[in-house]
Amino acid sequence: MNYKLTKPIRETDEVVCVFKINDDGSGLCIPFVNDNTDYQEYLEWLNEGNTPLPADE
Amino acid sequence: MSTLKVDSIESRTSGARVTLPDLNFLPPYRNILINGDMSVAQRGTSTSGANTQAYHCTDRWFNVGMTIGTWTISQSTDVPTGQGFAKSLKYDCTTAEASPSAGDQLHLSQRIEGQNLQYLKKGTSSAESLTLSFWVKTNKTGTYQVNLRDKDNTRIIGQTYTVSSADTWEKKTLTFAGDTTGAFGNDNGNSLECEWFLGAGTNYTSGSVPTSWEAESATDRAAGLTVNLGDSTSNYINITGVQLEVGDSATPFEHLPIDVNLQRCFRYFYSMGGNNSYEHFGICSVTTTTDARGIIFLPVKLRTVPTIGQTGDFQLSGGGNALTGTYSAASTMYFSIGSFGGTQNVGFDFWPGSAGTFANVNGASYIIRANNSTATRVTFSAEL
Repeated sequence: MNYKLTKPIRETDEVVCVFKINDDGSGLCIPFVNDNTDYQEYLEWLNEGNTPLPADE
Repeated sequence: MSTLKVDSIESRTSGARVTLPDLNFLPPYRNILINGDMSVAQRGTSTSGANTQAYHCTDRWFNVGMTIGTWTISQSTDVPTGQGFAKSLKYDCTTAEASPSAGDQLHLSQRIEGQNLQYLKKGTSSAESLTLSFWVKTNKTGTYQVNLRDKDNTRIIGQTYTVSSADTWEKKTLTFAGDTTGAFGNDNGNSLECEWFLGAGTNYTSGSVPTSWEAESATDRAAGLTVNLGDSTSNYINITGVQLEVGDSATPFEHLPIDVNLQRCFRYFYSMGGNNSYEHFGICSVTTTTDARGIIFLPVKLRTVPTIGQTGDFQLSGGGNALTGTYSAASTMYFSIGSFGGTQNVGFDFWPGSAGTFANVNGASYIIRANNSTATRVTFSAEL
């Protein structure tokens, strides 16, 4: 499992979600919304010192 | 059609006014827990090799900890006879761990939104007592512990129950006092957690059972647990008919129609796919060579903006019946919730990723569908 940053569709857009890629190849798109528990889990993962993969170019 | 209008109903013998409780009226939606009969399992009816915390099987039932042993967690047809249940949730141990580490835990829980709990009047002098009833069957006799955890105020109350007969369905009923301290938040957050401990290390067992409401201490949460369900691959447990309701006694389980039960589960998790090998998920319109934007209408308003999940292979279909390509690369996320995420109408971006670019721009519209597979899924999770 790893997290991967996303890029905005247009330069003016904000980055508002992060991908979580599971070991079986399935994926999640997690919105940056405070009461989304997947986002809370992502923040905990960051706080543990982990770094997500960069966004695709 | 005739109309019956009365000012009161009185007892035939005493003349006293008859109230709804006198009529043994059981209020609808009295079960605070959702999917207590384990009838809904959108994520699948069985997960093998489960050893990480997740919602593995039946909707709303969180398989917590999972650091003791490895399990097959399934929706079972083993149910208590004559109670009207068709399904139960089963934990079946496939790899044992006889000696848990201090921090290990294995329990089942359900989390409840605070805005659904305001009528409990928690934190006031009128706080309601709660009664929990459920059916359980296991080969592992002994004493287990159930807790109610107030997640807003970090408080807890617990009780033990004893499974006395192996491999036999038993009904357990536990009543918990109301708590005059600490109100639940009136919001969509996790305010109350009802948890069944099945195994634990000393970090959870070294205290004492919190038989009245108190500030939560982790060491109390499984202090009354005398068994480790994960100590043998012969071990299993089935649970169903779980009801948590206001009052000092248990009423019969409230069986809901499947459509109602599904709607209640959808607020937290909604899964599309599995019915047809080319099942359609939504419509999108191409905006650039690397982006199509679309919308999916959900059946209910979700608890919060959901996480979108994808599994399997997709196609875009349309544009004069031409297929614009297949989207099947593992570890490539095609769905992005973008900045359009809502709780009932979910706007999304569909990115082609390594599959290339869209040939038709200028607003061409396509159907996103499964690529000849009933395993393809799009999910929306707003779980607690």
